[in-house]
Amino acid sequence: MRSIFIGAVFLLFSLSACDNLQEAGLPGVEKVLTPEYGDTFIEASIGDASILLPVLASDSASSDINGLLYNGLVRYDKNLVPEGELAESWEISADNLTITFHLRKGVKWHDGAPFTSADVKFNYELYVDPKTPTAYAESFKQVTRVETPDPYTFVAHYEKPYAPALISWGMSVHPKHLLAGQEVTKSSLARKPIGTGPYKLADWQAGEKIVLEANPDYFEGQPYIKRVVYRIIPDISTQFLELQTGSLDFMGLAPLQFDRQTDTPAFRRLYNKFRYLNFGYTYLGYNLNRPLFQDKKVRQALAYAINKEELIEGVLLGYGAVATGPYKPDTWVHNADVPRYDYSPEKARELLQSAGWTDSDGDGVLDKDGRKFAFTIVTNQGNDLRSKTGEIIQRRFKDVGVEVKLRVIEWATFLKEFINPGNFDATILGWTGGPEPDQFNIWHSSKIGPRQLNFIGFKNAEVDQLLEEGRRVFPPQQRKAYYDRFQEILAEEQPYTFLYIPEALPAVSKRFRRVEPAPAGIRYNFTQWFVPAAEQKYSR
Amino acid sequence: MLRYLFKRLLTLIPLLFGITLISFMVIHLAPGEPTDIQTQMNPQAGTELQERLRIQYGLDQPLHVQYGKWLSQLVQLDFGESFATDRRPVFDKVVERLPVTMLLNVLSILLILAVSIPLGIASAVRRNSGFDRVTTMLVFAGFAMPSFWLALLLMDWFGVRLGLLPISGLKSLGYEYLSWSGQLFDRLAHLVLPVFVSALGGVAGFSRYMRSNMLEVVRQDYILTARAKGLSEKTVIYKHALRNALLPVITILGLSVPGLIGGSVIFETIFAIPGMGKLFYDGVMMRDYPLIMGILVMGAVLTLLGNLLADISYAIADPRIRHGQQEG
Repeated sequence: MRSIFIGAVFLLFSLSACDNLQEAGLPGVEKVLTPEYGDTFIEASIGDASILLPVLASDSASSDINGLLYNGLVRYDKNLVPEGELAESWEISADNLTITFHLRKGVKWHDGAPFTSADVKFNYELYVDPKTPTAYAESFKQVTRVETPDPYTFVAHYEKPYAPALISWGMSVHPKHLLAGQEVTKSSLARKPIGTGPYKLADWQAGEKIVLEANPDYFEGQPYIKRVVYRIIPDISTQFLELQTGSLDFMGLAPLQFDRQTDTPAFRRLYNKFRYLNFGYTYLGYNLNRPLFQDKKVRQALAYAINKEELIEGVLLGYGAVATGPYKPDTWVHNADVPRYDYSPEKARELLQSAGWTDSDGDGVLDKDGRKFAFTIVTNQGNDLRSKTGEIIQRRFKDVGVEVKLRVIEWATFLKEFINPGNFDATILGWTGGPEPDQFNIWHSSKIGPRQLNFIGFKNAEVDQLLEEGRRVFPPQQRKAYYDRFQEILAEEQPYTFLYIPEALPAVSKRFRRVEPAPAGIRYNFTQWFVPAAEQKYSR
Repeated sequence: MLRYLFKRLLTLIPLLFGITLISFMVIHLAPGEPTDIQTQMNPQAGTELQERLRIQYGLDQPLHVQYGKWLSQLVQLDFGESFATDRRPVFDKVVERLPVTMLLNVLSILLILAVSIPLGIASAVRRNSGFDRVTTMLVFAGFAMPSFWLALLLMDWFGVRLGLLPISGLKSLGYEYLSWSGQLFDRLAHLVLPVFVSALGGVAGFSRYMRSNMLEVVRQDYILTARAKGLSEKTVIYKHALRNALLPVITILGLSVPGLIGGSVIFETIFAIPGMGKLFYDGVMMRDYPLIMGILVMGAVLTLLGNLLADISYAIADPRIRHGQQEG
């Protein structure tokens, strides 16, 4: 069973990953080679792309490919600092209300038409048009007005300072000359995309493969790798078999494959393995509208009762890190000095007792006022890691006298019957994020409505204020103060028990050079990767 | 005969209508909506997108209105547009996947027939012999074996260890550059494992079926008569018994007509074959109502036609039925 939308997907940009620890020898250590053009990079995708128009795409396969076909005005560099892409430079006004972008000159769309500020303006209008069914409009809705004083200058005005504003302009820019005056959902670009990116679409065989070809006119220079092929292989085991024969050049491995099945000489001869922390974490969220979870002591007790190291060992085979809050440990915004809840069933029992929960009838399950401490954890089907996590937690909760049932439910039903009506006790889910620390939509008390992201019903006046102010301040050092306090409150209140952050475990064929792990992962400089002529495998 | 055919065809229409109505109601009863899946858990999406999509898809209207709209499109042979983000016509999506699925299914049915008919006859003729026992055992082992497991073992063995066959997909990467014969060979090489694995379960069932049919027929009086006339055993078995034993096969073949457009999700997923099974499964998971309905309708039409076809061929092949009808 697959799922491109396994659990909670929170696609900001297709940029991912951070902090690299490389497993095998660094390719960069050998003598420096001059890059050469040619060869094909083949990777597998579990699902076919659905649409190659970034404004409408919401699946990860489409986003990955769109990332090579289109550009934004800005992007994250290898250290996750915003840098110019289609914009050469930008200025932010002193009052933080206006961003002026100076666009690159001489950039061409794949069909040869010039790229200008009119495209950027059109693009903004496309995203905020109520008729466009896009999942990416929110940050552009903060914009009050845009201007294009000349073909290479674009100005965006905001009513209030909005810190995520700059990077929100990293959203893919669409060609005005091909989309203006049309209904975007009916555009032929969906299957024949025209972008400004380093690759162009060469062939798309539905359900089978997508082939991209290097764009010789790319504004940063033609990428060295001539072709990129996405083979659609929905099954991870099949992908792994293909990898072993050398017919794939890249695959994100499962912990089991990484740990136990790739330690052969044959595999090491062909591939380099990398590991680094993903942006994203798995959590146990409590429905705060349920009387059972309204006492902070109870939530803290449950946090003590869970052995997070054991979860990482058992579920991820050790390829992960303990989560203490919504940010991963190697980012500037992460606060390491928050209360931790290291595994301690004794403390859990003490806290539960002080909250009035005792085993008065001696049946092994705590009770209070004649009510047993029993609840159900729900999670979505198709994510094996989550159901395993649930099983281990169930066992640990039992140790402290809390009876838990686990229900695994198909995704659409899960949303409709459990999450949307708030009809659950606790849930195991995950969030995927990015370098931008704004968490307004997940934790602000205005977001507790139906189908919104604060579905556990977390309401905290101080957090509301911190989130509102945190997104109005630009310099990271100043923002950090707000988010540090925010993390402290979350750790104290434990509306979620933050569980773990899984690692990304990619394997890359050794033919490819300049694969240089950085905080941004390994794919950030893909256009710079190359294969020395003598090692090139595919001549056509 | 023609009148009978016409009558049968007419009765299919209300039947088909009933099927679509029930299917439409049932898939809308399943909890979850396509708009939930497309918009939820995404902080950039906003809640008004959900409403906008519901209006664009017509989900804001009462169910009977939605059904009426869908039905009026259908009678013009328009299956509507998919609710997936690409919003392509359902017909295009199906047509794209159909050839692969049909090719695989036809090959696998041919393989099943080619293997299980002789196998069934041989085990029936040599009933309770060592051969019969061994085939029985193998057949049940084949029946019981999970196909995904067998597929993975074969892929590992023939693809990774021996390097003889491609592991997955339909074509090699450099397919476009191969010669005509090279292309054919490449295609066939990719089909070997999928056809073998998908036929295995069928062979198991069908050869059993064939065996019991044959045993049934061999016990009949006319076979005794044939033997008494002094005909050779070969003539008795292949001329007199086999023909009669093959009759029920027609029914089975008729019933497998709708199966031609159906595929197995597990199997297609493992072999990375873009077939109907995966399309339908993904459609269900995404609550892509028009796609689900489109495939169901096509399946229903084929089932009804397959049944009709089986009845007709039965009548042609079996004089007892033909005559019985004329008398009645």
